Amino acid sequence: MQKADITKDNLQLGAKAAKVTWLTGAIGLVAIAAAVIMGLLSPDGGESFATAYLTAFVFFLTLALGALFFVLLQHVTGAGWGVVVRRPAEAIAGVFPLFAVLSIPLLLNLHSLYPWTGAEAAGDHVLAGKAAYLNVPFFLIRWIAYFGIWSLMAAYFRRTSARQDSSGDPALTIKMERLSAPGMVVFALTATFFSFDVLMSRDPHWYSTIYGVYLFSGSVVGFCALLPLLTMSLQRWGRIQHAVTREHYHDLGKLTFAFVVFWAYIAFSQFMLMWYSNIPEETSWYLRRLSGPWSGFSLILLLGHFVIPFWLLISRGVKRRPATLALAASWVLLMHLLDVYWLTMPESSPSSLGFSLMHVLCLVGVGALMIAAVTYNLSRNALIPVRDPRLDESLSFENV
Amino acid sequence: MTAAQKHSGAPDHGAAPMAGTGIFGLLAEFQTVPQLMAAAEKVRDAGYTHWDSHTPFPVHGLSDAMGLKPTRLPYVVLAGGLTGGTVGLAMQWWMNAIDYPLIISGKPLFSIPANIPVMFELTVLCAAIGAFLGMLVMNGLPALYHPLLTNDRFRRATADRFFISIEADDPKFDAERTAGFLRSLGSSAVEEVRG
Repeated sequence: MQKADITKDNLQLGAKAAKVTWLTGAIGLVAIAAAVIMGLLSPDGGESFATAYLTAFVFFLTLALGALFFVLLQHVTGAGWGVVVRRPAEAIAGVFPLFAVLSIPLLLNLHSLYPWTGAEAAGDHVLAGKAAYLNVPFFLIRWIAYFGIWSLMAAYFRRTSARQDSSGDPALTIKMERLSAPGMVVFALTATFFSFDVLMSRDPHWYSTIYGVYLFSGSVVGFCALLPLLTMSLQRWGRIQHAVTREHYHDLGKLTFAFVVFWAYIAFSQFMLMWYSNIPEETSWYLRRLSGPWSGFSLILLLGHFVIPFWLLISRGVKRRPATLALAASWVLLMHLLDVYWLTMPESSPSSLGFSLMHVLCLVGVGALMIAAVTYNLSRNALIPVRDPRLDESLSFENV
Repeated sequence: MTAAQKHSGAPDHGAAPMAGTGIFGLLAEFQTVPQLMAAAEKVRDAGYTHWDSHTPFPVHGLSDAMGLKPTRLPYVVLAGGLTGGTVGLAMQWWMNAIDYPLIISGKPLFSIPANIPVMFELTVLCAAIGAFLGMLVMNGLPALYHPLLTNDRFRRATADRFFISIEADDPKFDAERTAGFLRSLGSSAVEEVRG
């Protein structure tokens, strides 16, 4: 049992963080400002801006949701192996306050995104029946609740773990373990209703009870692909070089593989039930995605989000070599973006894929601000929980 | 084997004693994990092939110390999964589209989405059966008898001792020299096990 020697490891992000934060923060603000101006100047009343912004917002937010799930999962299972990669996950989960602010452009454009907000909804019997839930004030209340709860949860687990860095008190680990179980329940409920609100209500006649699980599965796939990429970047910057080994990358690869399969399972479950019963109120959503240019897009998603990563990640060798894992993880992350795009766009652009410069600006803008926030969060504490009682277990972790 | 953890990727073909010697092999006892690890590396480097280590619990890194190749079990599992998926699809195609054509819910006679659940289940089932049976066969199980079980000292392989056994049918085996070699590795006791 060889324990990794971290005495020579650089465990702090240090001065490098401030530079990255300022630079990416500036890029992000400029890109978002450009997108907003483009939106204001466009003749469509800001709809192209709103949908492109929604895509970028949901894509990056789901990565943070995946991170929050990962942190909760680590605590609820008392996992030892992942202690050395928990800080990066905590840092990614720490972006919810940023996204609460970033949601302002969305909330100002509700009418471009959600048909149930408009006047055309008034004479609609189906929407009249859903009005008790789908109305703007209640939507805003829920929105505040989601971001409040997620911010608090992420901050609690990050701060408690940081407190342990100075006190070394093992009771904190037990405290976090106890709170993570109810935290899981709260996470499941908020993530499910959030998916209903932010994406499913784009087509307010259609509903799928598994929709929340679908978005959740994609979120975890995306996060599991992001985490090894982030850790590799930290190691390339000369941080935590001995703490994270290929054993940890192997496990992150396994998690990615597992959730890729889980995503396919959920996606197919939703599709098959609606395809089989073949009733218009259910098939409308799929019809939009299986006609015109979207049918090819759906096929790419099936191959790219399931078949290709399945065969890529099934091999032990691929998961244990950082270069090949990075390649597979980047691919999977790109596919998660396509998945979110596939969920968001067909409602406003049924006959074309609708990709434009606006999407690039919004993705760069939200993405750069997220990098700034994650880098800032990483710089606030040591890059690994230095006095976690399970740290030794993680440092000597080996796949049998 | 007993409940002792058996670190072996190769089939155990030790039960038959070498003609003329009448012994199964040599059993060397070690007191600690580091001693066992060091000894396993030496036995590996000396070129022995028919030998094994026995520990009361899994020891990380022992496979490397023994020079064991990665198990081929994943390929058995993969073959099982592919077989299950193919059989599942072919069965439904033949049954529903050829042997007894029946239109269900207005779908085509051969309709992939409707066939996927059965394909999926048979893929998982056959992969799991492949993993289970492959593991048994590759480990030479079930083995109702093993010569090592006649050795009283070996009982502690389930409690607090670590063992290396070198079988008599190993090409490099020589009762005298191998015993001397094992003693030189720091073994606290080297015993002959009769076949």
